[in-house]
Amino acid sequence: MTMNNQGRPTSSGSVNENEMSTISGDRGLQHDVSLIFELGRPGMTGVDIPEVQMSDARLGGLRRKGSVGLPGLSEPEVIRHFVRLSQLNYSIDAGLYPLGSCTMKHNPRLNEKMARLPGFADVHPLAPQQTVQGAYEAISELMKWLTTLTGMPAVAMSPKAGAHGELCGLLTIRAAIEARGEKRNRILVPSSAHGTNPATAAVAGFVVDEVPATEDGHVDADALEAKLGPDVAAIMLTNPNTCGLFEPRIKEMADAVHAAGAYFYCDGANFNAIAGRVRPGDLGVDAMHINLHKTFSTPHGGGGPGAGPVVLSDRLAAYAPLPLLVHDGNEFRMIEHADEATDGAKPFGRMCAFHGQMGMFSRALTYMMSHGADGIRQASEDAVLSANYILASLKDVMSAPFGEQPCMHEALFDDSFLEGTGVTTLDFAKAMIDEGYHPMTMYFPLVVHGAMLIEPTESESKESLDRFIHVLRTMALEAKAGQTARFEGAPRLAPRRRLDETAAARKPMLRWKPKDLPQAAE
Amino acid sequence: MRYLPLTKDDRAAMLDRIGVDSIDRLFRDVPHSAVVQRNVFDLPDTQGELAIERQLTKMAGKSKSAGSLPFFCGAGAYKHHVPSAVDHLIQRSEFLTSYTPYQPEIAQGTLQYLFEFQTQVALLTGMEVANASLYDGSTATAEGVLMAQRITKRPKAILSGGLHPHYAETVETVAGLSGTVTRSPVTPGKAEDIIALIDDQTACVVVQSPDVFGLIRNLKPIADAAHAKGALLIAVVTEIVSLGLIEPPGAQGADIVAAEGQSLGVGLNFGGPYVGLFATREKYLRNMPGRLAGETADAAGKRGYVLTLSTREQHIRREKATSNICTNSGLCCLAFTIHLSLLGEEGFLRLARANHARASALADRLADIKGVELLTSSFFNEFTLKLPKTAASVVDELAEKGIIAGVPASRLLPHDKEARDLLIVAATETNTDEDCDALVHALSGAVA
Amino acid sequence: MSEVRFTDQHEWVRLDGDTATIGITKHAAEQLGDVVFVEVPEAGRKVGAGGEAAVVESVKAASDVYAPVGGEVTEGNAALADEPAKVNADPEGDGWFFKLKGVNKAEFDKLMTKAQYDEFVKGL
Repeated sequence: MTMNNQGRPTSSGSVNENEMSTISGDRGLQHDVSLIFELGRPGMTGVDIPEVQMSDARLGGLRRKGSVGLPGLSEPEVIRHFVRLSQLNYSIDAGLYPLGSCTMKHNPRLNEKMARLPGFADVHPLAPQQTVQGAYEAISELMKWLTTLTGMPAVAMSPKAGAHGELCGLLTIRAAIEARGEKRNRILVPSSAHGTNPATAAVAGFVVDEVPATEDGHVDADALEAKLGPDVAAIMLTNPNTCGLFEPRIKEMADAVHAAGAYFYCDGANFNAIAGRVRPGDLGVDAMHINLHKTFSTPHGGGGPGAGPVVLSDRLAAYAPLPLLVHDGNEFRMIEHADEATDGAKPFGRMCAFHGQMGMFSRALTYMMSHGADGIRQASEDAVLSANYILASLKDVMSAPFGEQPCMHEALFDDSFLEGTGVTTLDFAKAMIDEGYHPMTMYFPLVVHGAMLIEPTESESKESLDRFIHVLRTMALEAKAGQTARFEGAPRLAPRRRLDETAAARKPMLRWKPKDLPQAAE
Repeated sequence: MRYLPLTKDDRAAMLDRIGVDSIDRLFRDVPHSAVVQRNVFDLPDTQGELAIERQLTKMAGKSKSAGSLPFFCGAGAYKHHVPSAVDHLIQRSEFLTSYTPYQPEIAQGTLQYLFEFQTQVALLTGMEVANASLYDGSTATAEGVLMAQRITKRPKAILSGGLHPHYAETVETVAGLSGTVTRSPVTPGKAEDIIALIDDQTACVVVQSPDVFGLIRNLKPIADAAHAKGALLIAVVTEIVSLGLIEPPGAQGADIVAAEGQSLGVGLNFGGPYVGLFATREKYLRNMPGRLAGETADAAGKRGYVLTLSTREQHIRREKATSNICTNSGLCCLAFTIHLSLLGEEGFLRLARANHARASALADRLADIKGVELLTSSFFNEFTLKLPKTAASVVDELAEKGIIAGVPASRLLPHDKEARDLLIVAATETNTDEDCDALVHALSGAVA
Repeated sequence: MSEVRFTDQHEWVRLDGDTATIGITKHAAEQLGDVVFVEVPEAGRKVGAGGEAAVVESVKAASDVYAPVGGEVTEGNAALADEPAKVNADPEGDGWFFKLKGVNKAEFDKLMTKAQYDEFVKGL
């Protein structure tokens, strides 16, 4: 069988809580929260909608027969429920999130205010085009920022997230290749790539060919160049790469790829390291998605929504998907059908309904205007500076596999410094929770063992960084000195102890069920 | 305004610890020819909040917002009233600025609301299990087709002519790579004979109800016919409030439901972000794309929630994943969950009835106008009218008068001759008597 | 008299006549962690030596299991559907994955004996 050497415990073990007990079960500001379905009373509602007279005649005989089964609560009860839930969450507003690859920077509140302007938020995507010019103008402005910062001539705005953008980029490449009358079905992806890269390549109908990494954490450019051939459609690289390093041979690789008739897709997840200093267009990139929810501060919202517009080179611009925003000299217009396309545009189709994540566009545009080109450049420099500061401050007590060279906006450590201590990357991370920190990205990238990828971003003050460094140094030294008490059974101070992921996967319970229905596979 | 806490002194001290004399040394791997100076960018420098507010408020002012005039657009996105508590709650720091719940011990807030969301979606659609959302209804439909192709190991997807054309195009973009996509004829106001197209190469039949013209479709016969040939029925719902009044797809035999949840909590947002709902039968669970929140217990025996069945997903399965999706619709799920929690059973059913009553009364009045014909005999809150002239020109004329009359079908089907005279009109609980009077009056004038 | 052989992909195979029973080794099960799901092949499927035959999942990983020898599947271990934990509890017994018929003894003889496999694992 294929061996996975990143196996780690996923059951929870069990502990005895020796803490003070309370009558209610709640503890001070920590309230336990029932499921919404366990609350409320029949007939209660928190929204005042008048009853109306209504006939069945126009329902085609398909009027809903049973009840839906929803609980009924008043507004005070609903607000209390969700406020209590919120208090169980860590957030950037509350603390540092050193998650490598995620760029957990501050989410400015001006973004929220601007996104809610009615001319952006309360407009319908199919309203008559002349009535939504303000919203089109905002999209156009954002397109200008994205293409200018990246040095690329065009941008496809409709992808709804980074992975969706990757798909858009690969489909654009596929269209360009078909237009040349060729058949190329192989895509080269580094072993260090984020999982969305090979998954997207497979969805787009390509075969994935893995390129190894060198010992110093870069993509093996020689191996990559050797794999090029007339059946290779594209390479997918991340730059800076997932080890936090800038690929020094990137231009050489891009040139080789182009010479072989293939395209260069760049995963833009790490754009925060170079925005304002380096233009991907100058590196030979043909398509790159930009995670607006990473580099451009739109909020992570507990997992989404995102937005993944894709900048495109001259070689690919013509194949950008529908719809296309154009200005005809008088006003903006969205071209929504292939035969209306002008100027040689040959869109490959549509990625999704309507035309993109307007709510994220207005937020990202606000952020860009707030920073300006000079501020974006400064932000990238501060991001890189902070990551290197952390690397320099920790590499003597923790193990940094590529620590002899500067990193970019994120610093990679592995678990060799924990060897022989009995403490794993997982234990180390869970102990950070007790210290009031969200753990760093763990076990990614896969090219090092027990990876710990730390990305502080430019939003942290020096005090915050120093405190973080101090805590990690102390933890590392304690682990190495055999003082492992704080790691055992961590976390102890969070709203929950370690959770049993094994049981959750063996007997999935994915919804609440009323008592008189059989529970899911118990 | 720049959100940069480091000072000049901080930077100097940090460079000192790192052991380099300038930040440029940290960028030494960047090819010299690719390093650009600030003045290369034809973009403005940093600006303060006040200046930005002025510029963007002026820009936004060039759009006519739906709430500022009589508004009747639907066709996949609907204007409903979102209670104030929703927007207030989703802006709490712990919801707005938290990340994907990969560390469940400090993300129980997110995980529990996702579990509640999954339950709500299953209840609304009448299905056994739902995921923690996809991007939107159109990509959810595409994912459903890919899933049906995997399950049945067959290549063909048949799309009903009543499926929203944007959704159909989205399906063609991805599903066309792994199989074939057939569209059945577009028959506004009538149910086309899609059953005749099902054969033993069919992986799935995709039927939207209410369809893009507003017509309520009877799914059960289609489900039965599909099952008889070993195919799956994918039911698509673009107006989720309709499930407060119409038999849910699960009760009619659907195997997969792909829906748009935008109507609850999310707002129009000019097309995005929205929230894709996805539900299926338990036996297909491991084939389902997207994140899943599952119930479990912690080491002290307390109930808690975790992301589960992750081996379906890209970060583990990589090229063999059920989908490439990573991000979900997070905050939009939360808005949906809160809105539906505020409505509750009573409120949700009343909301659905109020929508149908409003639309039905309006349809009667519009059908009374000479030359105007109501095509959809059964509908929820959206119906299609046949006008005596091109609908697009009527919409433009009424827009000049400050009324957004609906979506001309030609916007979605530009090559369909029959569609040219068709106007798709949606009426919700947000439309007042005055709005409806204005539309009736203006439309009468425009078609006279 | 049944004999057990091992592969360098950490599968074991027990031959009784020309029927083989196949599973993953104790070492593999330990590396994998808690097994949560197993996908076994259906009866009638033909697999070649070294071909992908099954999938075993822990919470954080999914691993392909290869057929050590070629043959036709007669049975997948249905008990694993309800109790994947058997793979952890008794990987080389109750936690078997699938059975093959029509197995080629020559292919079987090429594989490692227990002693050889134990040596191999020590060297990893």
